[in-house]
Amino acid sequence: MEVSSAEAALSVSASSIRITDVTQDGDVLTFAIASQKLNSSAGVCVFRIYEDFDWLQQSLFSQENLPGLQGIIFPPLPSKALPSQSNTQTKALKQLGFLALGQDWQSYCKALEFYLQQVAAHPTLCKCKALDSFLINSESPGKQRGRKGIFNRLSQAVEEMRKESHKDVDNFFQNERNKNTNLAALSKVATEKLLDVVMTEQKLALACGHFATSLHLCVNQDDAAAVAFSKVCLKLSDVIEAVNRNFEKVASNDLSTLGLGLDLESRYQEAEKVWECVLMIACKLIELETVKKGTEKAKASKREVMEAFQKAVEKEFNLISSVAKQEIERFHSSRVNVLKNFLIGWCELQLNTAKEFAELYSQHLEACRNMYSE
Amino acid sequence: MAASSERSPPPFPDLEEPELLEDSDEGADAFTGTSISEMDSPSPDTSRPPKDIFNEPPEDIFSDPLSNINSEPQKKVDAKISSPSSDEAVDLFSEPLDDDSEVMSSPEVQNPMPDLLSEPKSGVLGEPPVQKNAARQQDVFEEPPKGSSKSSSVKKAASAEMLGDDDEEEDLFKEPPKVVTRKPQPSGPPVDVFTEVKSDVKVKPQVKDDPTDLFSEEALTAPAPKPSANSSSSSRTNGVHSEEQDLFSEATVELSLDSPRNDRKKDAVKPSVSAPAAPEASSSSKAPSKTLEELEEEESEDKFDLNISVTNPEKVGDGMNAYMAYKVSTQTSLTMFRSKTFTVRRRFSDFLGLFEKLSEKHSQNGYIIPPPPEKSILGMTKVKVGKEDPSSAEFVERRRAALERYLQRVVCHPSLLQDPDVREFLEKEELPRAVSTQALSGAGFLKMLNKATDAVSKMTIKMNEQDVWFDEKIQDVENEEQHLRKLHVMVESLVNHRKELSGNTAVFAKSVAMLGSSEDNTALSRALSQLAEVEDRIEQLHQEQASNDFFTFSELLADYIRLLGAVRGCFDQRMKAWQRWQDAENMLQKKRETEAKLLWANKPDKLQQAKDEIAEWEAKVTQYERDFERISATVRKEVIRFDKEKARDFKRQIIKYLESVLHSQQQMIKYWEAFLPEAKAIA
Repeated sequence: MEVSSAEAALSVSASSIRITDVTQDGDVLTFAIASQKLNSSAGVCVFRIYEDFDWLQQSLFSQENLPGLQGIIFPPLPSKALPSQSNTQTKALKQLGFLALGQDWQSYCKALEFYLQQVAAHPTLCKCKALDSFLINSESPGKQRGRKGIFNRLSQAVEEMRKESHKDVDNFFQNERNKNTNLAALSKVATEKLLDVVMTEQKLALACGHFATSLHLCVNQDDAAAVAFSKVCLKLSDVIEAVNRNFEKVASNDLSTLGLGLDLESRYQEAEKVWECVLMIACKLIELETVKKGTEKAKASKREVMEAFQKAVEKEFNLISSVAKQEIERFHSSRVNVLKNFLIGWCELQLNTAKEFAELYSQHLEACRNMYSE
Repeated sequence: MAASSERSPPPFPDLEEPELLEDSDEGADAFTGTSISEMDSPSPDTSRPPKDIFNEPPEDIFSDPLSNINSEPQKKVDAKISSPSSDEAVDLFSEPLDDDSEVMSSPEVQNPMPDLLSEPKSGVLGEPPVQKNAARQQDVFEEPPKGSSKSSSVKKAASAEMLGDDDEEEDLFKEPPKVVTRKPQPSGPPVDVFTEVKSDVKVKPQVKDDPTDLFSEEALTAPAPKPSANSSSSSRTNGVHSEEQDLFSEATVELSLDSPRNDRKKDAVKPSVSAPAAPEASSSSKAPSKTLEELEEEESEDKFDLNISVTNPEKVGDGMNAYMAYKVSTQTSLTMFRSKTFTVRRRFSDFLGLFEKLSEKHSQNGYIIPPPPEKSILGMTKVKVGKEDPSSAEFVERRRAALERYLQRVVCHPSLLQDPDVREFLEKEELPRAVSTQALSGAGFLKMLNKATDAVSKMTIKMNEQDVWFDEKIQDVENEEQHLRKLHVMVESLVNHRKELSGNTAVFAKSVAMLGSSEDNTALSRALSQLAEVEDRIEQLHQEQASNDFFTFSELLADYIRLLGAVRGCFDQRMKAWQRWQDAENMLQKKRETEAKLLWANKPDKLQQAKDEIAEWEAKVTQYERDFERISATVRKEVIRFDKEKARDFKRQIIKYLESVLHSQQQMIKYWEAFLPEAKAIA
């Protein structure tokens, strides 16, 4: 693995990158991105819109004079949020999944933040000038978005080729590809299911809220019996309110940890897919060259030229392969690490919530038991 | 018409006279000795009164009720009718009496001994000469404490009252106080004489007696013939009369100014009627309160030991004739049951049959009969067809629980527990098949029927509610039903969401398991499959919680919605009782009008029939009014009891719910604690 900070390309620390605030102005979401300089305690804060993130991603894709670019798994950028349309909840959920949940785009911000951290922590990508200017320049950099479409078109073309399920020249990559296909599908399903769970929890919380509110309507202070009953109702209302908060908390726990983790996981799997496609193009190119070489064997005059070309291609392919293998290792370890952190965080949060509410419930229970002794 | 009837000699005095004399004779025998000795002792006094007696007595005697009886009716009539004569009489009396009072006021010694004097005198009454003396003497004694002219006029009024009673007999007899007015009648005017005397002498102790007491005493003495000179009882009745006389005296003070006799008589009668009416009312209001107390006593005893459980639902038979039989087990230490534990098998229609029997017997009394669960054709058909799917198992379990709660509610009711049908239901091995429920399709139909009658009666009866409590309570019950319905919907959605959550959790667990199985990293794979297991368990928890939610709240609310229907039913019963009373009242009014018409038309042959009818309807009115009061009291008590039960029930359910929630939360903690090291073990 390369030493990332060799050229000190990035002047801020990756782990300090935070999206501190988000403001919505019509259709446009503006994110406040704060980070800390590496060699001083001074902080930097810039305002970026989604288009700037997009520009950053494109700049990363189209870095020139970087060998083995095609072997890199790019951190996935969440798709664009459309605040005005997303008031139709289902549509937003379809488009963004988990990221549409949570108040005030909290989870979306988390996802973007995570993206930036990933980019900044990447040994190769952090050297990109675009990232530096994205994080530090107060002026919006996203003006030259010329090449935007190229990569997308490329990946689309490859998608079709992929369907033909070419056998890879290298078994390693072949296995990886199969596994990736599998995992991508599964993690996507799991994410969706978890989303369902969270949605249900939220619905349940809402139902509890309604129940608690309508219990308040039963309150009647007319006579002793009615007052006793009202007390019971109010108590129940409190209890249900507690249950409500429990569900809310569990839902937000799910959302902020496992939800985000699984979402990230599935997006990473998608990114890996794209990366594989890029790799495949490289392989294809080599194959193509080999075939060409075979057909043009007769022409001795061109033979040397061809061989020289082939050598160059093969050299490049080897380079890409080595980068790719490194990348995939790095990718897996970071993926596992990220998932682990999310899982631990999730588990701890759930545990705390459960404990907290168990305590609360037992308090309520005590109060209820004593209610009539007065 | 009053005058005409008055002129005809009242039959009572004549009839009563011989008896009276006998009575007083006996009394005289008993007391002569003492009376003489007593009369001897106050010598200065006795010397004076005789003068009075010899001066005025003749007229006094005539105006006296006693003399009225003795003298021919004509004479009496004369004395009565001619207003100037009576006025004169008053005048005559007033003068000497004034003198007397002056005389009497000086020797204070006389006052302490009225009791002693009065008692013997009642006995003395028998012999006319002695009686004269006594009467006069008593007059003398009585005058000082009382207003001088008053007492004499009181006598008149009293006698007039007696006659008036005769005239107004029919009317008076129908009034509640009839007992009061009738009572002096048989005993006759003589009583009046000596009661006046005595009462006046004994004024102080008598006044203290409170009205209800007096009347209750009277009720005792009324049916019995006039006690013959029994000193204690006579003194008591005297007490009564003293009260009455006070009333009369007031009336006559006014009256003596108005000459027309008719007016006087009416006025004299009125207070006597109105005054007893009040105590009557108070005594009648006392009666239900007494029963209330009794019931409360009963309730305090209802901390009984009776445990009923409905278990083992079992399908009996096949096809569409199949039915579910439940085991009804009772555990009790109550002595009213034959043994401590017993078990019977009952089918659903038996439960409905029990409800029908109970409501037939008790609902018109204003009891809240706990309604059984509704018959569900759909649910039962599923069971009958025999599909072993979870929904039919759920249905059976739900019904079982509902039946159990129903029975528990029934036996919790102190009055229903006493019902032989309840006991039979719990104890008897074989129960006659409840047929009617088959045709009626159970409680649902009954409920529908009730609702229909509700709507009708609500439209037709515009009950003018005197009792604010009921007014508010009816309103409350309606509001509450609304609220509970709303809550029920909420809880249903809560339960459904919970079920959905458990379903989703299960799916998630599955996909996590898949993810884990295709994961390369062994630690991560392991963690993921562990997570899948945890999620599976959580799914189980959610499932349990969903059914807990359902049984603790949803069914509770459904029960109470049904129970509130029953409460409304008992309000309706009360309303019906009220309507019956009002109808009877109207009918009575009509009958009275008919009677008046008949009187004007002078058709005596039909008059008697009309009178009988009136008497009959009066009895009905009192009966219905009492019914209404009783049902009001019962309903009020029942509703209060219901409210208490409700609060207790809800509280119990909340505790149950909290316990279940707490339990699942603790399970959750366990699961997460077990999972945490797994997550941390991922390399």
